Amino acid sequence: MPKFLRVLTLVSMTFLPLFASANIEGEMEHQALNIPAIIMFLIFVGGTLMITYWAAKRTKTASDFYTAGGGITGFQNGMAIAGDYMSAASFLGISGLVYMAGYDGLIYSIGFLVGWPIILFLISERLRNLGKYTFADVASFRLKQEPIRILAAFGAIATVILYLIAQMVGSGKLIELLFGLPYEYAVILVGILMILYVTFGGMLATTWVQIIKAFLLLSGATFMAIAVLYNFDFSFEKMFQSAVDIHDKGIDIMSPGGLVSDPVSAISLGIALMFGTAGLPHILMRFFTVSDAKEARKSVFFATGFIGYFYILTFIIGFGAIVLVFKNPEYLDLVKQAISGGSPLIGGKNMAAIHLSHAVGGDYFLGFISAVAFATILAVVSGLTLAGASAISHDLYANVIEKGVCDEAKEMKVSKIATIILGVIAIGLGIAFEKQNIAFVVGLAFAIAASANFPVLFLSMFWAKLTTRGAVLGGSLGLATAIVLVILGPIVWVDILGYANAIFPYKYPALFSVTVAFVSIWLISITDNSERAKKDRDAFEAQDIRSQTGIGAEGVSGH
Amino acid sequence: MTDILVEQIKNHPKYQELTAKRTRFAWALSIIMLFVYYTFIMSIAFFPEFLGTPMNEGSVISIGIPIGIVIILFSFFLTGLYVYKANGIYDVLLKEIKHDLKVEEN
Repeated sequence: MPKFLRVLTLVSMTFLPLFASANIEGEMEHQALNIPAIIMFLIFVGGTLMITYWAAKRTKTASDFYTAGGGITGFQNGMAIAGDYMSAASFLGISGLVYMAGYDGLIYSIGFLVGWPIILFLISERLRNLGKYTFADVASFRLKQEPIRILAAFGAIATVILYLIAQMVGSGKLIELLFGLPYEYAVILVGILMILYVTFGGMLATTWVQIIKAFLLLSGATFMAIAVLYNFDFSFEKMFQSAVDIHDKGIDIMSPGGLVSDPVSAISLGIALMFGTAGLPHILMRFFTVSDAKEARKSVFFATGFIGYFYILTFIIGFGAIVLVFKNPEYLDLVKQAISGGSPLIGGKNMAAIHLSHAVGGDYFLGFISAVAFATILAVVSGLTLAGASAISHDLYANVIEKGVCDEAKEMKVSKIATIILGVIAIGLGIAFEKQNIAFVVGLAFAIAASANFPVLFLSMFWAKLTTRGAVLGGSLGLATAIVLVILGPIVWVDILGYANAIFPYKYPALFSVTVAFVSIWLISITDNSERAKKDRDAFEAQDIRSQTGIGAEGVSGH
Repeated sequence: MTDILVEQIKNHPKYQELTAKRTRFAWALSIIMLFVYYTFIMSIAFFPEFLGTPMNEGSVISIGIPIGIVIILFSFFLTGLYVYKANGIYDVLLKEIKHDLKVEEN
C-alpha cells in the first residue's frame, strides 16, 4: 500500500523537527525532556502503526471498516471496551480524586462501574441482534429512518465532540508536562496519529490499539499497586493508617466527603453515569464487532471484570500517592504551596498517579506510565472519532442523504473524509479550549448520552407503543433539557459565566433531563394516531423476535 | 424475516419459555443491581457517617471501604451469573427452536 507508506513518511518528517524543537523548548521551560518516556512512546507508536498497516490490508468492506468484520472475540472486545472506558481522564482523574479526598474516589468508581451489569442484562444482546454498524441502526429499526437517524447522529456527534475536547485538552496538557512538548504540537500529534489509525485501519486497528493499551495500562497499574502494598508489607491497615497520619484531612479521607452532598445530586449523578454509559456511541459501537449475542454477553463480562479490577487498583494507587507523594517536596508545587498551603502537585491534582510511578519505580517506570497515559489518549480518541465518523457516513450520508441506496465504496470514502474532518476539528477545538475551563464537557457529554441517546434506544427495543413522532420529539426535548440545565447549572453559570447564583441548583441535570425525555416520549407516543404510528407499532413484534433470537441478524462475514 | 417465520417462532412453546425466563432473570438481576447501588448512594446522601464507621475497634479502615469493594466484586459476579445462564441454559433453548424451525445458524 504505497499510499499508506507515503503518508507515513510524511508524518515521520513532521514529527522529527517536532521532537527537536521540543528539546529546546523543554530546556527553556526547565521541563526536562523525558527520554525514556519518549523512547517507550515511539515504540508504542511504531507498533501501533504496524498494526494499522496490517489492519489496512484487511479492511476492504464497510463492515470491515465499521466493525472489524464482526470477527472480534468476546474476550478481545471486553478488553477493548475496558480500554475505551479506562481513559486517561479516569486513570489520572480518579487516582487524583482519591489523593485529594480519599473515599470519594471510590464512590465515583462504583458509579462508573454499575452501569455495566445493567447494559449486559438489558441492552447488549438486543443491540447485537438488531444493529449493523451504529446504535442508530437499532433505534431506527422499525421507526421512520430519516428523522430517527438525524436525531441519533446528532446525539452521537455531540457526545463525541464534547468527549474529544476533554481528551484533546487533557492530552495537550499531559504531554506538555510529561514529554516537554509544547501544547499545540502535542494536540496536533495526537490528531494526526488518530486520523492515521482510523482512516487506514478502521475498527480493526482501533480495536487492537485499544487492546494493547488496555494491557499496558492494567500491567502498569498492577505493578504500581503491588509496589505500594510492598511498602506496607502488604498490610492494608498499615497503608490506610499511614495515609490518615499524613493527609491534611486525617481520618475524614476514610469516609464520604463533599462529592455528593444531597439526595437529588446523588441520584442524578447515579443516573448520568449509569444511563450515560449506555448511550455512549463509541461504546455501543463495540457490540457490533463481535459475531453474535453470545460473544456480546461475554464482552461485558470481561469488560466489567477489567474495569472493576482497574478501579480497585486506582484506589490503592491514590492512597499510595497520599503516603509517598503528599509530603515529598520533589513532587509538590512549592510556590503554590507557599501561597495556598495544602499539598498541590506539580502539574495539578491529576498528576498523583504519575508522581507515584516515579516514587516507586524511578525514571524508567515514570517513562513507562507517561507513555501509557499518552497511548491511552490516542486509543480513546481513535474510538471516539470512528464512532463520530460512522454517524456521519452511515447514518447521515448513506441513510438520510442517499436514502439507504448508496454503494459501499462511496460510503467508506465519506467515512474517511469525515474522520479527517473530525480530526481537524478535534485539533482546532483542542487548541481553542486550552485555557478554558472544560470541567463541564464530560458531564455534558454524559448528560446528552443519558437524555437523548439512551431513552430512544432503550424504548425502541422495549416498548411496543413507541412511535417515530414520540421518539424524535421526546428525544429532542431530553437533549435540549440536558443542554439548557448544564448551562444554567453551577458549573457553567457560576464558575464559567461568573454569575453569583445558579438558576438551576444542581451540578448533574440527568435526573431531570432523563425524566423529561422518558415522559415526553411516552406522552407523545400514546397520543400519536398517525398512519406512521400504526406502522411503527405493528413492526415491533418482528423486531422483538429478532432481538431475542438473533434470527435474521448480521452474522460474521466469512473471514 | 418473513411473516410466516415470525408467527412460527412466536407460537413455538420453547420461544415463549425462553423469553419469559430470560426476561424475568434479566430484570431481576437489574433490580438487584439498582437496589444495591442506590442503597449505597442513599446511605451516602442521608447517613454519611455510617460508611465512615471503623471496621473494628482501633482500626482506621472504615466499613465503607470493604462495602465499596464488595459492590465492585458483586457487579462482576452478577455479570458472570447472567452470562453463565444465558450462554448455557437459554442458548440451548434457542438452538432447539432454530433446529425445530430449520433456521440456519449464523
